[in-house]
Amino acid sequence: MEYKIALAGNPNCGKTTLFNDLTGSTQYVGNWPGVTVEKKDGKLRGHKNVIIQDLPGIYSLSPYSLEEVVSRNYLVKEKPDAVINIVDGTNIERNLYLTTQLLELNIPMVIAMNMTDLMTKKGDKVDMEKLSAVLGCNVIPISALKGQGSAEAAEKAVEYAKNHRIGERPHVFTGSVEHALAHIEESIQNAAEPENLRWYAVKLFERDSKVEDILKLPEEVKSHIDKHIKDCEEEMDDDSESIITNQRYAYIGRIVSNTVKKKSVHGSLSASDRIDRIVTDKFLALPVFAAAMWLMYYISVSTLGGVLTDWVNDTLFGGWITNAVTNALTAAGAAGWLQGLIVDGIVGGVGTVLGFVPQMLLIFFFLALLEDSGYMARVAFIMDRIFRRFGLSGKSFIPMLIGTGCGVPAVMAARTIEDERDRRMTIMLCTFMPCSAKMVIIAMTVSTFFPGNVWIAPSMYFLGIAIIVLSGVALKKTKYFGGEASPFVMELPAYHIPSFKGVLIHMWERARAFIIKAGTIIFTACVLIWFLSNFSWSMQPVDIESSMLAGIGGAAAWFFAPLGFGSWKGAVAVISAEMAKEQAIGTLAVLNGVAADAADAAVSAGIAGMFTAVSAFSFMVLNLFDPPCIVAMATIRREMGSRKWGWIAIGYQAAMGYVLALISYQLGSWMFFGASFGAGQAAAIALILMILTAVLRRPSKAAGEVQMAADRI
Amino acid sequence: MKTLRDAAVGETVAVLRLCGAGAVKRRIMDMGITKGTSLYVRKTAPLGDPIELTVRGYELSVRKADAEQIEVE
Repeated sequence: MEYKIALAGNPNCGKTTLFNDLTGSTQYVGNWPGVTVEKKDGKLRGHKNVIIQDLPGIYSLSPYSLEEVVSRNYLVKEKPDAVINIVDGTNIERNLYLTTQLLELNIPMVIAMNMTDLMTKKGDKVDMEKLSAVLGCNVIPISALKGQGSAEAAEKAVEYAKNHRIGERPHVFTGSVEHALAHIEESIQNAAEPENLRWYAVKLFERDSKVEDILKLPEEVKSHIDKHIKDCEEEMDDDSESIITNQRYAYIGRIVSNTVKKKSVHGSLSASDRIDRIVTDKFLALPVFAAAMWLMYYISVSTLGGVLTDWVNDTLFGGWITNAVTNALTAAGAAGWLQGLIVDGIVGGVGTVLGFVPQMLLIFFFLALLEDSGYMARVAFIMDRIFRRFGLSGKSFIPMLIGTGCGVPAVMAARTIEDERDRRMTIMLCTFMPCSAKMVIIAMTVSTFFPGNVWIAPSMYFLGIAIIVLSGVALKKTKYFGGEASPFVMELPAYHIPSFKGVLIHMWERARAFIIKAGTIIFTACVLIWFLSNFSWSMQPVDIESSMLAGIGGAAAWFFAPLGFGSWKGAVAVISAEMAKEQAIGTLAVLNGVAADAADAAVSAGIAGMFTAVSAFSFMVLNLFDPPCIVAMATIRREMGSRKWGWIAIGYQAAMGYVLALISYQLGSWMFFGASFGAGQAAAIALILMILTAVLRRPSKAAGEVQMAADRI
Repeated sequence: MKTLRDAAVGETVAVLRLCGAGAVKRRIMDMGITKGTSLYVRKTAPLGDPIELTVRGYELSVRKADAEQIEVE
């Protein structure tokens, strides 16, 4: 028989450390069905038949956040055989708040009181036995970081799971509230399983709409329950949700004062306080923040990460592996097309995926460091003021910053944002920052068509920022992104030195998600595009000029005509730039009879005849702001967690790129190059007006989105 | 009527009642800000918003707009 043990606890209580400690290398990370909340499980060390299920870090079992709904659905519907509730001993009151809710679920439970070593240091004393007796479940002191007590807590949980031991439920509610709850329990006896009666009764008292939907109570029972709630509310002059919360905290206050002896801390500053004094200081906060971000960017994008990625792309895959495979195939006498497929298609495709890995690992390493140390919460604290104005989270800054290096890790970095709406919008917008591959396009366009111009390159970054800001403002007024603002009520956890092992595990989990999930899509797309650009419709291997891709380009050329480059060459370049942005230039060079790796001057000469200055500008704008390369698109699709959202993001970016290119070509040729005012210019002005309307209109009123997302599961 | 928004940095206040409704209010209560809880206003973020509080022995940040929903004395 297999036993399932759930780990539940607040964020920052050391749950992940305990999970890593208990499961070792057997963990598996996926997503909870239907949502992008991480789902982790693993086998308990030394027990083949015990699965540890790590629930999302939550403060409560309210129906308002996705993580909470995921957790309570799991606990109520799948009923794990036991729960280990991790309680941060240095923050005991708020941690026990979740405990009082978990105890209502009637599942065998063990409390692992973490950070007991820190408590001892601080001089706090907990009477574990007394606390165990009051709560009706074993309280075991542990230090997850040092691995002390973890095994003992797990063994106890296994024992409870086997003999299904449930202690006596503590008396959290008093007076008329307990009275009303007992009445509710009685009236829903026929509608709910006996072990869930208390849980449902409390939720009904809180007027939790999700539970109301599940139970489908008859009208007269509903009105009977409602009368009890109203009586209670009148008596206590408060709403039912507040009454429950107040009583829980009042109960915790009573038991903590009986079982915990806190040494008074007045006057002494903890190490965490001292760090915070500098890091969130009025004047020092921003310089410290800038330095931290610069360091992360410098190491993982500019220097070490860049060198490693180039090495994997150019030396490992571009040189060694390609040469070895080519030689092996030639020696075996393989046909030319087969060599092409294997070397350019498959090796090239795998190389594209793996080329991102070194950079990714470094960025994830730093992100894990920022998160695990507690600094990430301060990033949100410092930047919130700016970002929430356009509907993003303070934590959106990091993906945007990384986006100037590469969009792929930028999209992945959005994982640090908890709120689903903020995260989706960040993913959608962060690739508008010109990445390093797009720099190639900017550099070639400027040097060929606007030699000596110094303002175009930087202005593309400002344009990127402007698009992000305006998109944020406009999107926030839509139904989905609008609605009730996500509560920014955020804990600033005490700083601690992250464990090296924990950081590495964290880093590897994310890199693995990228390699496996995004990798398969990228690989397929690479092989497909290789195929289209190397074969004719009659399946003959040909040069790109007569390939299927050229045919598709010719058929799509009319679409790009309003942007000023309605030739098949321009269309093919735009399509192949979706493989990798810098190929926009490389493909143009090839199509104009220049070797792709020729000197810049030759490439310039080759493409100069194809464009006018204004159509080249429009070509650049399109490539900068249309959907990013295939790798980034695959990552966006994967991180959005749904096909629909993947397409919304990519569709939005495609429309944005097209509209901006159209506006710059039509208005540019009219204002600066003497074209007459015609239908194109009118369309451009109409589009500008539409954008302004979207940005300036009144927000659309919508129901809370978290509610909508939570309703899906 | 004084709200948490009006409380000065360094001041300790007690919660009188919570206004508002729905997810934000519930979240504030879940984090331990309930009737009678004492709150210490630690600091304001470098850009003026949000603020940092000490609640039940830990640090919490709330936006000024949400702090306005918390009546204190």
